[in-house]
Amino acid sequence: MAALLEEERPFDIEEFLAAEQAKDLLRLTTAGSVDDGKSTLIGRMLHDARGAYEDQLKSARRGGEIDFALLTDGLRAEREQGITIDVAYRYFSTPKRKFILADTPGHEQYTRNMATGASTAELAIILCDAARGLTTQSRRHAYIAALLGIPHFVIAINKMDLAGYSEQVYRQIRAEFEPFLQKVGAKAPYFLPLSALKGDNVVEPSVKMPWFIGPTLLEHLESVETYNRSIEAPFRMAVQRVVRPDQDFRGYSGEIASGVVRPGDEVLALPSGRRTRVRRIATFDGDLEVAHAPLSVTLTLDDEIDIGRGDMISSGGDPQVARTFEATMVWFDGRPLDESRDYLVKHTAHTVPARVERVRHRVNVATLETEPAERLAMNEVGVVRIAASRPIFFDKYAANRGTGSFILIDRVTNATAGAGMILSGVEDAAENAGERLARLVRNLVPAGAQLSLPAEEHAAEEILRKRLEGIWK
Amino acid sequence: MVRLAQKAFYPGPIPFPLLHVDTTYKFKEMIEFRDNFAKELGVKLIVHSNTEALEAGANPNRLGTERCCGLLKTQSLLDALREGNYDAAFGGARRDEEKSRAKERIFSFRDRLGQWDPKNQRPELWNLFNSRVEPGESIRVFPLSNWTELDVWQYIHVENIPIVPLYFAKERKMLVRGNSLILAEQPFVQAGPGDKFEWVQCRMRSLGCSPCTGAIRSDADTLPKIIAELVAVRNSERENRVIDHDREGSMELKKREGYF
Repeated sequence: MAALLEEERPFDIEEFLAAEQAKDLLRLTTAGSVDDGKSTLIGRMLHDARGAYEDQLKSARRGGEIDFALLTDGLRAEREQGITIDVAYRYFSTPKRKFILADTPGHEQYTRNMATGASTAELAIILCDAARGLTTQSRRHAYIAALLGIPHFVIAINKMDLAGYSEQVYRQIRAEFEPFLQKVGAKAPYFLPLSALKGDNVVEPSVKMPWFIGPTLLEHLESVETYNRSIEAPFRMAVQRVVRPDQDFRGYSGEIASGVVRPGDEVLALPSGRRTRVRRIATFDGDLEVAHAPLSVTLTLDDEIDIGRGDMISSGGDPQVARTFEATMVWFDGRPLDESRDYLVKHTAHTVPARVERVRHRVNVATLETEPAERLAMNEVGVVRIAASRPIFFDKYAANRGTGSFILIDRVTNATAGAGMILSGVEDAAENAGERLARLVRNLVPAGAQLSLPAEEHAAEEILRKRLEGIWK
Repeated sequence: MVRLAQKAFYPGPIPFPLLHVDTTYKFKEMIEFRDNFAKELGVKLIVHSNTEALEAGANPNRLGTERCCGLLKTQSLLDALREGNYDAAFGGARRDEEKSRAKERIFSFRDRLGQWDPKNQRPELWNLFNSRVEPGESIRVFPLSNWTELDVWQYIHVENIPIVPLYFAKERKMLVRGNSLILAEQPFVQAGPGDKFEWVQCRMRSLGCSPCTGAIRSDADTLPKIIAELVAVRNSERENRVIDHDREGSMELKKREGYF
C-alpha cells in the first residue's frame, strides 16, 4: 500500500536524511487528449500523495469539491479555457521514491510539449478515455514517447466511472491498442483501468473493479525498475568550458553525458583525434576517484591538447564523426522545415550552422506508415538528412540519449524549430577521407609525444576545412 | 545558487557579478547578511534600486502592493538588467513554488521589454538549451527549477551553507495584523487600526519585503528543526507572501511584465 507519510514518530533528522538520500527519482510524463482527464489525474495524485499544500488546495476548491484540474492548470488562459497549454512540472514523493512529473498537453497544436516532457522521462502515462475509446491523440503520444526512447509505459484507461466500470470496455481498448504499442516498440506496457475523478486505482485499489487485479497507479510508479542507463554507455563528455584560473591549472569542465571516468583512463579528444590520459577529476569538494553520468566535473589531462568548448572527450569505443547525418525529427515551428533555410544544430555543447539536405519521408503517426514528403509542418515527424558545416561527434540516439540528440534553431527567428534523434552518419567521401587522413597521421604519434609541426598541421587542417566549406556552400 | 556557481566554476572564481534589486523595504538582517556574504566570497555585488520611484515616495502603504512591486521590483530589475547590458540572469525560482512557475523553462526567454510570453515558450528538450538572443533580449536561467523547498533545505544542511538568521525561530517583536505576523523592526512598518504589537516565537519561511512578508509561528531554531517542520507542514512557503494573492493569477501577471 502506498502509505503517504510515515506514522507519527519523533522526528530524527539523521534518519530522515538517510531515508531521503536512499530514495531514487523517477521522472515521468503524462499525455492525453484534451478531455482525457489528465490534469484531474495529476491533481488526484498530488492530493492523495500530499504533493499539494493546503493553501493551494483551498484555491482549487469550487463549492466544497476540489477541482483537481485547477491544481495543475497554472496559466490564466488555461483556467479560462479549461485546457492545458504548456508543459508543467510537478514534484511529489512517497516514502519509497521521489517523482518529477512532466504534465504535457494533449491537443494537437501543443504536441511539441509532449515531446519536451518525454525527452527527460523514464516512464510515460498514456491516458485513454474509456467512454470515447482509443483516439489518434493517444496513438500519437505513444508513438512520440517511444520515439524519444522512454523505456516504461503505463496505459491508463481513465473515466471508467463513465463506462460503468466495465471489464469489456477495458479489454476492448486494450486489444485495440496493444498491436500499435508493439509496433512502435513500447515494451511491456502496463494497462490499468482507473477513474481519476473518483480515485479508483490511482492511489487506492478500486472496489468498483474487482475484476482487475494488479497494483494501483502509484504502487506501480513506486515499484517500476529504474536504472541509470547512461552509466552503461561508453564515457562521453562534451566540454562546456576550459578552466584556467592560473598558469598551473588547465581543466575541461562539462556534464558527463554517459559512462564512467577515472583518473588514468585513456581518452580520445575530438575533433583533434589526440589520445591522452585523465590526470585528475577536480571538484569543489575535492578530487574524485570515479565520476559517472550525469555529474558535472572538471578533468585535467596528462598532455596539453588543444581542446575548446564543444569538443568531446571520450573513451570506450569512439564516437562517430560526421558532418552529414540522418535523423528522426519532430517539428515544432509554425514555419515548416525548409531546405532553403539556415539552421543551427545545437548538439551536446556545440552549435553548428547547418542545412537540411532533404526530407526522406514523413511518418503518419496514426498508421505508422511512411509517406513521401517535401517538408515537415508543425507537429509532424519525419526522417531527414542534415548537413552541418563542421563535423559533429555523436552516437546513435538509440544507444545514447545525450550524444544522439540535438535541436535545430532557426537562424533568423532563434526559435527552437525542431528536435532530432540521430539515426546514422552519412559518408561524405571528400570530407571523411580528409578527416580520416588527418586523424591517421595524428594517431601515428604516440600519446604524450609532442607533434613537431603543430602550427603547420593546424594550417593544413584550416585549408582543408575552408575548401570543404567552399564545396558545401 | 551561489554554492552551485562556486562548484560549477571551481577552481576558477565565479565569473559573473551578483545583483540585488533592493526595494529598500527589505529586512535589516538580510541586508547585513548580503553585504558580508559578498565580501567573504570576494564576488562583485551590484545593488540596484529604483531611486526615481523611491524619491517620488513609492511605498507599499501608499501604492498598494501590486503597484509597489511593479515599480520597486519589476521595473527596477528590468532597469538593472538593461544598465548592465546582461544577456542572461540567473534566478533561484523553483517550479514547485507557484502554479505559473511550474510552466517556466530552465532557460526562459524574455523579449526586449523583459516580458515573458508563457504561451510561446521555446520547447526545452533533454538538456539542450537554446540561449540565442538578439541585442536587448535576454534569458532568465533557473538552475533550481527542479528542486523542491525540501531539497533546498536539505542541501543547506548537508553543505553547511550560511543563511539569513531570520529563517531561524526566535522571540521577536511582531505586529499582529489579522492572521499575519509582520516584523516591526523598520520605521516604515506602521501599526494600523486593529493592529497590536506582541512578542512572538516565530521565523520567516521566505524573505520578501519586510512589510509584505509574514512570519510563521515556529520553534524551529536549527536546520534539523526547520526540515522537520517542513515535513509536517501543510501550507506552501508562498502563502505568507501578500503579493501572490493580490488577485487571481497575480504571479503570472507579474512574471509576464518581467518579475523574477
